[in-house]
Amino acid sequence: MVQVTFTPNIQRHVTCPPREVVGKTVREVLDSIFAVNERARGYVLDDQGALRKHMMIFVDSRPIRDRVRLTDLVPESAEVYVMQALSGG
Amino acid sequence: MSNRLLVATRKGLFAFERSNRKGKPSWVIQQTSFLADNVTLVLPDARDGSVYAALDHGHFGVKLHRSADGGVHWQECAVPVYPPKPEDLEEPAPEGATSYPWSLKLVWALEAGGLDQPDALWCGTLPGGLFRSNDRGESWTLVRSLWDRPERMEWFGGGEDYPGIHSICVDPRDSQRVTLGVSCGGVWVTQDGGKTWACRASGMWAAYMPPERKDDPNIQDPHCVVQCAANPDVLWAQHHNGIFRSTDGAASWQEVKSTPSSFGFAVAVHPADPDTAWFVPGISDEKRIPVDGKVVVSRTRDGGNTFEVLRKGLPQEHAYDLTFRHALDVDETGDRLAFGSTTGSLWISEDQGDTWQQIMSHLPPVYCVRFR
Repeated sequence: MVQVTFTPNIQRHVTCPPREVVGKTVREVLDSIFAVNERARGYVLDDQGALRKHMMIFVDSRPIRDRVRLTDLVPESAEVYVMQALSGG
Repeated sequence: MSNRLLVATRKGLFAFERSNRKGKPSWVIQQTSFLADNVTLVLPDARDGSVYAALDHGHFGVKLHRSADGGVHWQECAVPVYPPKPEDLEEPAPEGATSYPWSLKLVWALEAGGLDQPDALWCGTLPGGLFRSNDRGESWTLVRSLWDRPERMEWFGGGEDYPGIHSICVDPRDSQRVTLGVSCGGVWVTQDGGKTWACRASGMWAAYMPPERKDDPNIQDPHCVVQCAANPDVLWAQHHNGIFRSTDGAASWQEVKSTPSSFGFAVAVHPADPDTAWFVPGISDEKRIPVDGKVVVSRTRDGGNTFEVLRKGLPQEHAYDLTFRHALDVDETGDRLAFGSTTGSLWISEDQGDTWQQIMSHLPPVYCVRFR
């Protein structure tokens, strides 16, 4: 199972508790999250399904590279952090 | 005592001068420069009396001007120019960008070199390059010893799309020793005038990173770093998620807790007393407004063990002013302070912050204040 944790900053707008989900890519992991928390999708991804400009996702401490298609591989038992990028202020 | 204050704003540069009217101090605009233009930074150079102003024209790019007569006349000088980016260089792009530009986006720090280097200037920029001029801004050279460090690839933007250098502290004892604040890239120190560099942010921590990377010195976001003139081993940093102090020349940092909050952008340290520093707090990074709508300055006189909340003369009802990192300054005596806000207010204190006088309430957004 992949452990997914969201930034505390997003909780003020939409509740995103930590979850354990299944997924081999960042896209699959997020889809698993959004399947039970659809409202969170628009806060993390833009209307084209890409990661919002000022969001960051870390897989086992490293930022993902493919921010558009979210194809970065996620190892089994990985820790995924969905954070806000400070570039957004 | 400084009787002149330079205020760089979104719509021009304003020079205020102090006078006595019926025994009461009065600060009035004595000179206006670059009216309607975006002045992002101002540097009064105490070595020769020159004043430097950095402008961001948007359509026409970043420019740098110098005045030899206190702002009456200005001469455009050179701006830092990045070298061509090697085509085969693989550099991680910032969030949402396709490539990392080797191109000047903003002059974010401008400081004079030491007294022994009368023509030297340092310039920190977005997207992260440090530049040096040896001819008062007539030409600039990228400091490759820092730019080429592999750690730079890990830096990222703080409040901007790209990382940037916003704080430059030249040690008054030894001008070869320079300390930089980088958002987001930690604190960097050179002991040899820029030949070699070391990241010195140990003790800082980052709430915005996964837990296993929160202590990484190279991704810290010090919003502003200042150095005590009388004891340059003492540095203060207003960081994205707290206030940190170093007493060993940035070798280590200790967190201190302020009231009513430890969030903010600006910090000033007393030039003669390393234990006295001032901050302009906001609620938090998620809520960048004053706590309870009351503008206050927090001051410590004991190295951060305790803080006083200074509010006399500051608005205490429905005030939503935010003070940017360069918009707080202390004069060379440590008695006079000034700060400006995003909503165009300007306050001055002549008693170390005990009381404040509102000088202006309708300026353009204030980016930088500097006593001259």
